[in-house]
Amino acid sequence: MTVTPLLFLLPGVLFFAVYVVIPIFQSFQISLYDWDGLGEATYVGLENYSELVGDRAFEISLWNNVKWLVLYLLAIPAGLFIALFLNQTVAGIRLYKSLFFFPFVLSQVVVGLVFSWFYLPREGLLNAVLGFFGAGSINVLGDPTLATYGIIAAGLWPQTAYCMILYLTGLNAVDPEQIEAARLDGAKGRHMLWYVVIPQLRPATFIAFVVTIIGALRSFDLISIMTNGGPFGSTRVLSFYMFEQALSEYGFRMGYGSAIAVVLFMIMLVFIGYFLWSMWNEERQSGH
Amino acid sequence: MRSIIKTPLAALAATTMLAGTAFADGHAALSGTLRIMSDMGNPAPRAVIESLAAEFDEMHPDLTVELDIVDREAWKTQIRNALSASPPDVVNWYAANRMGPYVDAGLFMDISDMWEAGDFEGLGAVQGAMTLNDRQWGVPYTYYQWGIYYREDIFNELGLSEPATWEEEVANCQVIVDSGRACYSIGTRFLWTAGGWFDYLNMRTNGFDFHMALARGEVEWTDDRVRQTFANWRELIDMGAFLADHQNYSWQEALPFVVNGEATAYLIGNFAVPHLREAGLTDDQIDFYQFPAITEGMAMGEDAPTDTFHIPSGAENVPAAQEFLRFVTSAEVQTRINGPDALGQLPINAMSEVADDEFLQQGFDMLANNATGGIAQFFDRDFPAEMAALGMEGLQEFMVFPDNLDDILNRLEQSRQRIYE
Repeated sequence: MTVTPLLFLLPGVLFFAVYVVIPIFQSFQISLYDWDGLGEATYVGLENYSELVGDRAFEISLWNNVKWLVLYLLAIPAGLFIALFLNQTVAGIRLYKSLFFFPFVLSQVVVGLVFSWFYLPREGLLNAVLGFFGAGSINVLGDPTLATYGIIAAGLWPQTAYCMILYLTGLNAVDPEQIEAARLDGAKGRHMLWYVVIPQLRPATFIAFVVTIIGALRSFDLISIMTNGGPFGSTRVLSFYMFEQALSEYGFRMGYGSAIAVVLFMIMLVFIGYFLWSMWNEERQSGH
Repeated sequence: MRSIIKTPLAALAATTMLAGTAFADGHAALSGTLRIMSDMGNPAPRAVIESLAAEFDEMHPDLTVELDIVDREAWKTQIRNALSASPPDVVNWYAANRMGPYVDAGLFMDISDMWEAGDFEGLGAVQGAMTLNDRQWGVPYTYYQWGIYYREDIFNELGLSEPATWEEEVANCQVIVDSGRACYSIGTRFLWTAGGWFDYLNMRTNGFDFHMALARGEVEWTDDRVRQTFANWRELIDMGAFLADHQNYSWQEALPFVVNGEATAYLIGNFAVPHLREAGLTDDQIDFYQFPAITEGMAMGEDAPTDTFHIPSGAENVPAAQEFLRFVTSAEVQTRINGPDALGQLPINAMSEVADDEFLQQGFDMLANNATGGIAQFFDRDFPAEMAALGMEGLQEFMVFPDNLDDILNRLEQSRQRIYE
């Protein structure tokens, strides 16, 4: 047993503990207190959690998180479709590929701004197009039933590009001999895609799934730029609501914010658990 | 703020001070460093605080003034960190209930003794806004009126005059709506602008004292008097008085509608005037009137938000900080920093002069002579932070879906019972 590996690990472990692990447990602890972040904290047990149960704003945020998680996954098939479409050799394909990848290079803030202008009720491009076809104008971001979907659509734009690039590299690794063999056996079109190509893209799909889930849970910046949680709180997600309750201009409820953070952490834990399990599985299989 | 030119200027300041011996004696003791952390980050306020710091530095040769300027919006969340970890000696903040969290946590220094000793001559009228729990926690340095800023040229074109009663206001608005315009521009994306409308409608319908009782949590949100306020508001909403899609705009984004004449008036603070002027409107095209009376004989209450200076409890150079507060509130400095080429707002010292500006003069006259009901700070400064946040969200929802009123009021009432307990 030598100490060298431990010494090499030490800085990483230290930072990870100070900035990630210990704060997680601190959040658990703070969520049991009523604390304004300034004065004395009072222990209230699980009161913050029982308040969450009856809090309609929390319920809306939770449902919005679910919408984000489900709809954001659309980026995976959309990215695959574009990747398949671009995976051919025609003149200038590199240019087309980079054009499709372009939105991922933009900052989320820019994407949010561009889309909020696109959605503007009077001058926006969307309503100009709708008006051209004689449809009435809609105010996507001002309508509580539409606003969340409007923001998700904005988020899908760069996320699709991300999935596309993952699949493009994945397609390079598809074994041409297997394609050839399948073709000889009479597979084509849908069957070829489903039974031959997609199974070989499994690693790319796994990564695309991971980054999309993470992307869906990191929707904070788009929401903050496009609607600021409004109209009247209808586009909040848990992370935004937590920020509002604990850290924003009017937020002085550290305990309540921490309780929201704990719930968000639990949701993430489901996915993290799944990722860890499937990675472990993969390693075990390849170990044989 | 030490600069190369400091020495000769300090010498000059010292010689001028020799003339008034008592004055010089009182200040000779100031030494060390005075750390000011200010949120006056916009161009005009920045110039003001920089010149104040430089001047104060020159007045006190043994004192070094260090100035940190923070973005105004960012300061609203940064203040709690700034006050708890190595606090500066002087900070900016807002009056009334907005001080609450920092007063309760013991982070602002109680300076009641300075107020009692008469250090702030001419500030009697604004003492109330600095008082929480019967103590004073800071000093104001500027304030501004709210009211209806309107397009005088469009009013003339339509043959309208400034309304004084609710009936006239509604009749005017009907004419404006019929001419294809919105009566009032408003951008409620960041919610607080709706708070201004509620403040005025509630103060005019039920009076200043009722409004303050509601802010203190003493009245139920489901009270019939509150409902009457919303009924008056609804009258305007149903007429189509407000700019459509206002939930998409910030208050600045709602300004162009006034500039291009799609909306004729705007209930807003005096800070909107420079923007309207920059956009090309002349003083012949814009004018100001006080929010009209609704309930007959009800004394008028007004919103006049006040910005403030405080000494954090952890301040290290308290004597210098106290002297700085005396300095910024003095009549002469007040006249200067609120002048048209500086902040362009109202001085808080009664012995100061109000700038020769159409809007400031009207606002000052209104607050001095026709605000007998009382002076409120603003929805989000009078109500506790959490109630204000929930309240403004409900107000925005009401403006978009007035039919949701019962649900909104029940929700606010539930929150009131929890927040004030």
